[in-house]
Amino acid sequence: MNGKRIKWHIVVFLAPAVLVYTAIMIFPLFNTLRLALYSEVDQVRVFTGLDNFRTLFGDPRWSESFWNALGNNFWFFLIHMLVQNPIGILLAAILSHPRLRFAALYRSAIFVPTILSFVIIGFAWKLILSPIWGIAPDMLDAIGLKFLYAPWLGKEEYALTTLALVSVWQFVGIPMMLIYAALLSIPEEVLEAGEIDGITGAAAFWKIKLPLILPSIGIISILTFVGNFNAFDLIYAAQGALAGPDFSTDILGTFMYRTFFGFQLQLGDPHMGSAIAAAMFGIILIGVCLYLFGIQTRMRRYQF
Amino acid sequence: MNKARRNPFNVFASHAVLLTYTLIALFPVFVILINSFKTRKAIFREPLALPSSDSFSLIGYQTVMKQGDFFLYFQNSMIVTVASLFFVLLFGAMAAFALAEYRFKGNTLMGLYLALGIMIPIRIGTVAILDLMVSTGLVNTLWALILVYTAQGLPLAVFILSEFMRQVSDDLKNAGRIDGLSEYTIFFRLVLPLVRPAMATVAVFNMIPIWNDLWFPLILAPAEETKTLTLGSQVFIGQFVTDWNAVLSALSMAILPVMILYVIFSRQLIRGITSGAVK
Repeated sequence: MNGKRIKWHIVVFLAPAVLVYTAIMIFPLFNTLRLALYSEVDQVRVFTGLDNFRTLFGDPRWSESFWNALGNNFWFFLIHMLVQNPIGILLAAILSHPRLRFAALYRSAIFVPTILSFVIIGFAWKLILSPIWGIAPDMLDAIGLKFLYAPWLGKEEYALTTLALVSVWQFVGIPMMLIYAALLSIPEEVLEAGEIDGITGAAAFWKIKLPLILPSIGIISILTFVGNFNAFDLIYAAQGALAGPDFSTDILGTFMYRTFFGFQLQLGDPHMGSAIAAAMFGIILIGVCLYLFGIQTRMRRYQF
Repeated sequence: MNKARRNPFNVFASHAVLLTYTLIALFPVFVILINSFKTRKAIFREPLALPSSDSFSLIGYQTVMKQGDFFLYFQNSMIVTVASLFFVLLFGAMAAFALAEYRFKGNTLMGLYLALGIMIPIRIGTVAILDLMVSTGLVNTLWALILVYTAQGLPLAVFILSEFMRQVSDDLKNAGRIDGLSEYTIFFRLVLPLVRPAMATVAVFNMIPIWNDLWFPLILAPAEETKTLTLGSQVFIGQFVTDWNAVLSALSMAILPVMILYVIFSRQLIRGITSGAVK
């Protein structure tokens, strides 16, 4: 009909969302990537191309911290994948049993840590693990394992793993819920068909249910990846911006924060901060692309 | 037929695993709460005991009330969360309606553009966001936070809501058009009420991350009068680190509002997740 005329109502409907989203999210994102190509020399902003990245990856003053943060971040992610997701799947598998009593109660209780803020979680665990208060050593003592106790958050070799496990404890509810939803959507007939063929119990889980929930596991993995590589709050709340002891818990988020705002005697540097942000953007983009093109397209999906 | 899947040992083992994990999940919260009502001595002597008439004390809460402006922080968090949710839902629903309802050039492209932000965290752009807020004079105002959270929430909101709006019957909308209703009236009067459950899901998904965020309050609005509850408790605890009564009470007071929200909205939240809103 009159397709040539501008339909103003479409513009009105789209405008607020597009404007806010573009101005506050997309524009700053690209502006940050652009700022990464500049440096400040004598308080004047000059274009320096990829120098900041050369410094970040190559100059020992910077690269040591960067690779340390990146390595820590990968370890942080690995722990989530190896601990959080299997526990989440296990809990979901148990919860999804038909006619399990109190299922809703368990579900709500296990989800509680997920809704609490990192500040609460960080401090609560710091207090509980603290040698001063002594809850953790006393409890280990009660089961005769006191020799295992160490001030975990204060030791370089344990601190990062401890914080990763605290984060796992906090977020296990999310994979649990998503897998639980996926398991509930498997039709009863499929399971009954398996039962007739003699596949029950654990075998039914490994041979029938697990292949069917693989797409959900893929989504959880990418959500975990993105979440971990822009994590900041928990480390900051528990260990401060210096990510102690001796930067052993430093991840990209805390590294960027320190660089951007400065700490102790070092002044903040928005351009190096942008360069780190750009590196984070690159890593997240690679992860998301690997997932979208490498994993998701190859995964078989079943429609019921 | 369920015999094979249900034997008493399995039932017992299931409950044992779930109960253990429930205890692990709730234990830290429980320890913080009970100890916030105890005297300093009792906190250290018997950290796992419930407060008794001997050990009961509100000294921590008194310190928190005197030293920190927790009501102001709470009010700030409330304003930021409610306003952000309002804009996410209003703008998100409007854009979702445009994408779901009208065929126009660039519709798919617009959908993809808005969906970009689902996977890319807004924090990456922090340096430039701070620049922008400084140059517009919004630093240390609640508006800075509201705008950022609105932008952060929109992509997923548009995505989820447009899925739901596609399911609203065309006959209903066309009937409205024949009756001479404008497109705006159709949206606000006919479509919005029908997608209310989806709107509630989006609201619940957005509420918790906004309420709990530490990054943007710390960077965009760290002034005393704009601190949110999350940032306020962080700073307060940092200053009172050695006053265990105060720290435990501050933590409990930060836990309380979220727990109340959770009790009210947990069914909505769990239904939202399990209905496959995140596919």
